[in-house]
Amino acid sequence: MSEVRATIDAAVPGAVEDAVTQAGELTLEVGRDRLLEVARFAAGRPLSFELLSDLTCTDWPERPGRFRLAYHLFSLGSGSRLRLRVWAGDEPEVDSVTSVWATADWHEREVYDMFGVRFRGHPDLARILMPLDWEGHPLRRDYPLGGEEVEFSDAV
Amino acid sequence: MSTEPGLGLPLAGEAREALEGARREGRELTETERAIAGAEALTPQEALATVEAATETDPGSRAPMVINLGPQHPSTHGVLRLVTELDGEVIRDLHPVIGYLHTGIEKQCENKTYWQAITLVTRMDYLASFFNIHAFCMATERLLELEVPPRGEYLRVIMSELNRITSHLVWLGTSGLELGAITLLFYTYREREKALDLCEMIAGDRMNTRYFQVGGCADDMPPGFEARLRAFIDEMPGRIDEYESLLSSNPIWVDRTRGIGVLPAERLIDLGVTGPALRAAGVDLDLRKTTPYSGYEHFDFQVPLGANGDAYDRYALRVKEMRESVRIIGQALDGLPEGRHIADDRKVVLPPRAELATSMEALIHHFKLVTEGFPVPEGEAYAAVESPRGELGCYVASDGSPKPRRVHVRDPSFVNLQALRPMARGAYLADLITMIGSLDNVMGGVDR
Repeated sequence: MSEVRATIDAAVPGAVEDAVTQAGELTLEVGRDRLLEVARFAAGRPLSFELLSDLTCTDWPERPGRFRLAYHLFSLGSGSRLRLRVWAGDEPEVDSVTSVWATADWHEREVYDMFGVRFRGHPDLARILMPLDWEGHPLRRDYPLGGEEVEFSDAV
Repeated sequence: MSTEPGLGLPLAGEAREALEGARREGRELTETERAIAGAEALTPQEALATVEAATETDPGSRAPMVINLGPQHPSTHGVLRLVTELDGEVIRDLHPVIGYLHTGIEKQCENKTYWQAITLVTRMDYLASFFNIHAFCMATERLLELEVPPRGEYLRVIMSELNRITSHLVWLGTSGLELGAITLLFYTYREREKALDLCEMIAGDRMNTRYFQVGGCADDMPPGFEARLRAFIDEMPGRIDEYESLLSSNPIWVDRTRGIGVLPAERLIDLGVTGPALRAAGVDLDLRKTTPYSGYEHFDFQVPLGANGDAYDRYALRVKEMRESVRIIGQALDGLPEGRHIADDRKVVLPPRAELATSMEALIHHFKLVTEGFPVPEGEAYAAVESPRGELGCYVASDGSPKPRRVHVRDPSFVNLQALRPMARGAYLADLITMIGSLDNVMGGVDR
């Protein structure tokens, strides 16, 4: 078991449900309701993941939990990285981490815009890249790719 | 113009859109939506009338004037719209509105094979295209557990640093232009052309190349490339002296950049700002040093730091970075290892062109790779490189098929732009232009 996981387990017992190491990257799977606690702890001492590098989502319609969020944490002192994974569920809603890392603001807006995942406690959860009245969430797997019709394709 | 009772918003255009979107989701308008809706509905005359009416009913009060800066504005580096609340010349609040260049590249990537996706990813941050594909290839290589041969890594370093110089040259030229130093643009673009010619020589394209491939680089250096690149890096330090002689002690430039756009280092980290904007505030974070990749640990270079974190420090720092990039390219050319420029894994890498005429096996591999692509083991990887604007990371999630399940790019322009609002509050409108320039956002990267 990794040291990082042990430290988090000691401080926030039971929050980490699984740990995977692939290609040298550590991923900790965190329960949906425990995310904010873990985030708060990871951002402070002793782990000091002061920087939230990235926050994004992947749609897995065939799996339970469907929306898999990935939080990429970075520690300036040690240069180490950590990924937190949260399954947002079919009615996707998780706690916003904007109170821990202000940078999450636009990242969460993007995930909301593209996947329809809602973030509880986000100060300004509006669409960010798509027009404000856009219907649907484009990066969901069931959202069609679209594209323009080829002209005269019916005349063949 | 009709007004929805209770909302106090004039309904027109985007205001209606905002309401429609919020109603569909069954929620209230958010702060940004309210700002956009309020600004869009007003013509300049109406905006002025609103301010005058407020002043008449409550003498002595100063209602803010809301103006739209952009999206089509020469000094916003692409299509960036800023809904700005002004009190006289002072900015009371500001809401960046982005998405005008959104082209759905991340969605497209999911419908392409990995090698095809490179062509799309390169177009995100169009001034730093090598960095986009570098991060994407690194993430894919990590999933494949594929090693890039040393010569391939060195070639990547050479082209990345050359790209850093061209990106900084565009930044320097346009930033000068915005503050009235028109001459500079002609100087910087003169050198940039030479660098772009070098890109064309090695990759076939001046911009948006797909020179980096999964496993290494598309080709080795062509004959004559090294000599031209050496001539370029010999010339560059003198040219950089020229730029500095135009700006560094120019009173207008110094007056307009000193003390502008300062935020404390902790606040910048909280906002996720990386790259020159963070280093100018004295934080020593350069991924080439903290988490070396592609063999950056073999090179001797400095990471310039600033002290005040203002627009001038960012300028000085980027100029120094160009000098360091020149040094790195020189060292990489001197120490360029022999060997292959790309990994020798026939399941991932295209066979050499010459073999297609003689080897049946090579032909089959080529056919399979081009038509089907290569499958990537299930999993996820995040690879980050130090782009001219900060940490450029690429997240790739694979489901085991030849097409990525998800490609996401953490673009430093997108993240750094968030710092504009806290920076601009309470500043003069004229200084806003300096701030946008000094953050060096590329809208193609912001909107993707």
